[in-house]
Amino acid sequence: MSLSKPQRSAFVDGLRAGAPHLLVIAPFGILFGVVATETGLPLAQVMGFTVFIVAGAAQFTALQLLNDGAPLLIIIATALAVNLRMAMYSAGLVPHFGSLPLRTRAVAAYLCIDQSFAASAYQYEQHPEMTAREKAAFFFGVALCLVPVWYGSTLAGALAGQGIPDSFALDFALPITFIALIAPALRTRPHVAAAVSAIVLSLLLRGLPYNTGLLVAGIAAMMVGAETERRLAPAERAS
Amino acid sequence: MPADAPVWTVILVVGLGTWLLRFSFTGLIGDRPLPGWILRHLRYTAVAVIPALIAPLVFFPAAGGGAPEPARLIAAIAATAVGIALRSVLGSILAGFAVLYAMLWLLG
Repeated sequence: MSLSKPQRSAFVDGLRAGAPHLLVIAPFGILFGVVATETGLPLAQVMGFTVFIVAGAAQFTALQLLNDGAPLLIIIATALAVNLRMAMYSAGLVPHFGSLPLRTRAVAAYLCIDQSFAASAYQYEQHPEMTAREKAAFFFGVALCLVPVWYGSTLAGALAGQGIPDSFALDFALPITFIALIAPALRTRPHVAAAVSAIVLSLLLRGLPYNTGLLVAGIAAMMVGAETERRLAPAERAS
Repeated sequence: MPADAPVWTVILVVGLGTWLLRFSFTGLIGDRPLPGWILRHLRYTAVAVIPALIAPLVFFPAAGGGAPEPARLIAAIAATAVGIALRSVLGSILAGFAVLYAMLWLLG
């Protein structure tokens, strides 16, 4: 498939938008490789997690529960609950990707991770004039910058096979990367209202079983954002 | 890891399930137009779901034994402030890690 010039340029913009996240994807992937190997998994299974699931938080959750000897159905339901946000991302991409061929949407679905979705959603808001194909090129740029590095860093961690010193505080790589994804997007009152209610509700509801607190807080916060937007003047709505 | 742990089953079922979640709306709905009120909600997907995912990890990190941990909390505030002020992902990540390591060093 040949790309038009604007598509090539959107793809390169996507690669650039993805690059800062390498700082976090790479250590997080190494961490998964190390931890999974330490639980006694063979290399093929460690890489199986990373290649088939492509979602660090769910991978760590499933690994932890497998190691605890939890029942199969609980492991699957919990890992999928952690990933339920992916369905919301999929819904968020419909207005942008709806007119693309089914095969393109199927591949984009595989490559939809937090970073590729959030970076793309931000780009599409800044550049509403982009065509669907340019939007897809940007999305694939972000994803193809990051997903191969996710595989490679998991492999490196699995091969290294020994603990990274705790002083590196890699446990906090995930929160920092997600803050960096969201903070630049907090530029209107509805965005701030949604984020603040998400934080408050998720803290209040964190005791609910199987990550259901995340889902309730996420959906409620989307409603807060939408309602705040509806009540504001059209001038601010458009910004 | 228990010897009889169903590792491949978990990998394949969670992998397929995750892809179906990712494909759910773009695959099924395609380019049918969505009503305005749905689009208005979808605009806030990322700023709603991601903060809900990380807020418990920021305020009650495993490294603090489930209690707030000062270095991580201050690092999160720094990453947020720089991300908002500079509108920069890289700046936010660098500020977060710089403050995290500085605070861990200071507070021991």
